[in-house]
Amino acid sequence: MKKVLKYVITIALILVILFFVQKLFMPKYVSDVTEGRLIAEYYEEEMDHDILFVGDCEVYENFVPAMLWTDYGYNSYIRGSAQQLIWQSYYLLEDALRYEKPDVVIFNVLSMKYNEPQKEAYNRMSIEGMRWSKSKVDNIYASMTSKEHFIEYVFPLLRYHSRWSELEEEDIEHIFDTDVRFHNGYYMRVDAKPAKDVPGGEILGNYQFGDNSYKYLDMMTKLCKENDIELILIKAPSLYPYWYPEWEEQMEEYAKKNDLRYINFLELQDECNLNWDEDTYDAGLHLNYYGGQKVTKYLGDYIKNEIGLKSRRGDEKLEKIWNEKLELFNSDLENKLRELEGE
Amino acid sequence: MLFTSYEFIGFITVLFILFYAIPKRFQWILLLAGSYIFYYLARPVYVAYIFTTTLVVYLVALKLDQKRAFQEAYLKEHKDELTKEEKKAFKAKEKKSRFHWMLLGLLVGLGILAVIKYTNFTISNINGILSAFGSSATLSFVDIVVPMGISFYTFQAIGYLIDVHRGTIKAQRNFFKFALFVSFFPQLVQGPISRYQDLSETLYKEHKFDSKMFTFGLERILWGFFKKLVIADRMLIGVNALIKDADTYKGAYVFVGMLFYALELYCDFTGGIDITIGVAQCLGVNVTENFMRPFFSKNIKEYWNRWHITMGSWFTDYIFYPITVCGPMLKISKWSRNHLGETIGKRVPIYLSSFVVWFTTGIWHGASWNFIVWGLGNFVVIMISQEFEPLYHRFHNKFHLENNRPYQGFQVIRTVLLMSCLRTFDCYRDVPLTFKMFGTMFTEGNYNVIFDGSLLNIGLKISDFIILFIGVIILFMVSMFQRKESVREQIYRISYPLKVCIWFGLFLMVIIFGIYGIGYDATQFIYNQF
Repeated sequence: MKKVLKYVITIALILVILFFVQKLFMPKYVSDVTEGRLIAEYYEEEMDHDILFVGDCEVYENFVPAMLWTDYGYNSYIRGSAQQLIWQSYYLLEDALRYEKPDVVIFNVLSMKYNEPQKEAYNRMSIEGMRWSKSKVDNIYASMTSKEHFIEYVFPLLRYHSRWSELEEEDIEHIFDTDVRFHNGYYMRVDAKPAKDVPGGEILGNYQFGDNSYKYLDMMTKLCKENDIELILIKAPSLYPYWYPEWEEQMEEYAKKNDLRYINFLELQDECNLNWDEDTYDAGLHLNYYGGQKVTKYLGDYIKNEIGLKSRRGDEKLEKIWNEKLELFNSDLENKLRELEGE
Repeated sequence: MLFTSYEFIGFITVLFILFYAIPKRFQWILLLAGSYIFYYLARPVYVAYIFTTTLVVYLVALKLDQKRAFQEAYLKEHKDELTKEEKKAFKAKEKKSRFHWMLLGLLVGLGILAVIKYTNFTISNINGILSAFGSSATLSFVDIVVPMGISFYTFQAIGYLIDVHRGTIKAQRNFFKFALFVSFFPQLVQGPISRYQDLSETLYKEHKFDSKMFTFGLERILWGFFKKLVIADRMLIGVNALIKDADTYKGAYVFVGMLFYALELYCDFTGGIDITIGVAQCLGVNVTENFMRPFFSKNIKEYWNRWHITMGSWFTDYIFYPITVCGPMLKISKWSRNHLGETIGKRVPIYLSSFVVWFTTGIWHGASWNFIVWGLGNFVVIMISQEFEPLYHRFHNKFHLENNRPYQGFQVIRTVLLMSCLRTFDCYRDVPLTFKMFGTMFTEGNYNVIFDGSLLNIGLKISDFIILFIGVIILFMVSMFQRKESVREQIYRISYPLKVCIWFGLFLMVIIFGIYGIGYDATQFIYNQF
């Protein structure tokens, strides 16, 4: 018995140390590449959203959930990460449906252009923040590049061990940091960099979206239908990467065939009143807060008028949550504006 | 499946569990199945090669055994009928017949090795000769897959065949058991080259789980991982940078690269062997040790008795001795004693046999001239030191250096430097370039680069150098502890908390400081290529 206890204590101690070491080595995404925190923040939420966005940076930088609440009374959340591939969006949606059932899901279709796993760094940002579930396992297997190993997702220390020579104070300071830094998945930027000389699209050998992309789009459509969710496909108004007419054609056709709504914001720039001198912070790739407000207004109006989603203003619990969120949002906005002025 | 891959760790974990979970009489069958699966996973076509060698050697060894049994039975049966001369003639006839059978086995086994490994080398030499004679004709190279560990398993099988021929061992009657001896997966990749009488002792036995042995095995595996991932693969970054840009890295850089390569090779090879021995030990199988702290050798001869021991003893037993006592060599010996005098004459057969051994050692390591020159370089150095031995002896006696510590230190450093110099042929893998680069060590005069931070431009950061320094210190300390007795035995006796600290500390070092995963390219063990 004494011997068994000795081994149990040893194993427990080793596991605790390994846990700490692993936490220490994992990137904290605090001062750099902060988007890495986006996916994990979702689990800190009260999961009762009316609208769920899934997609890449074209959603988490272009739509403002705070505005959807203040102006329309919609409780929304963005499950997006950098270069989030379509299967990652699918599994993040599948994962979210374990906790809640939104009325509307909005998917940005840019990722249709990627039929294969792309970059390990982006995979990490999209997958690591997920809680363990079958969706996460499937997501890992769908996303891994040839050099990646499943076990390195299970034990991220095996992936991040090489950070030993780059560890900083921040890694110790934020070792267990789960603070929410984004606003319902929205990445706020207030600076502006006019879009000038936006490059056109290069000629491609093949404009057909891949089978894998369609497979996951079909799965997402099916999942939403099974759960009685309104799936809206969108193409955010980013000028770059270039959105080809051939791609647009395929999406329009898909939406028509599957009886889905499809909004291409690139064609609604005038309706949204977008000004590419002021509304983007990186010359047309992503919108800043001002641009985000404009397209969010269009989207909010669309959901209100076309889908008829009811406002939830007056829901005490939600009001309370959003009051706190808005306080943080406004303070963050003020800070960012102050920083900008300081520059 | 690299030894340092996740797949290998998963593979051995499953195998260990199954090995002790199934009935003991099936354990060797599981090992055979595991070994073939291991080989199949490396590349399915490899299985055909190893199976052919196994089958041929198995059948020929059986035939040799049958013929020996027939000889004994015949002589016993006709004991009274045969005259002494008739018996002698019968024995000679049978011996010749057995020799022919063995030759057949050798031809097939070594033939496969030769064709696979040396065809393109031969073609490139023929092309070189044709070109030297002004011919524009060239032979095309052939696309041949070199099976993993072919040199190791072929030599192991051939050694077995020769032992059966000599009558020192009985042929294994069970084909599958013999197949396990040839293919036992931990040593398939980079040796050691085991002898049948040594390996079979524990290979086919029924094994009960022994926690001490199992722990020892795991410790050895962990130690192998430390040497390979923390030291060897980190050194490799620097070595690659220095070798690939020979125009930039001359002089002192060659000296640094030479020492780095010597240490990298040592940690890479011994690390692999540690994993081999550790895995086998976890399975209750004793595999022959292949190293005995070679960098503590005081001369080259001693070094070769401590480095790749099983290969050295294989060449001695199956090449050096047979050549030394074969008919033509005895004739040469007699002729040279008569014509060149006793002093020189008695050396001729040894020189010739040694030459063959070192030439073969060189070409065994790789089908290229750099390996041959490296092998012959060793031959020259060993022969010279052998000739100068009486002189050394007198010198040592005169100055009382026999047990002089500082002098012994000097001898050790001298041996390390000498071996490292020879290894530069292996390093650059190009004979003229090696000579050129070696020369720059004495002409460039840039030894300040060792201290002025220039070495931080070869892909290693200061933190890497610190890890390497600590790694080498640990390596040195372990070697010092080993002089008394096995380090694992010493660890076994210390208190449990300290023991756990050592294990876990080493484990953490491997996990954190190991060169593996994304951002680092998984590197093969150097000896996998041989």
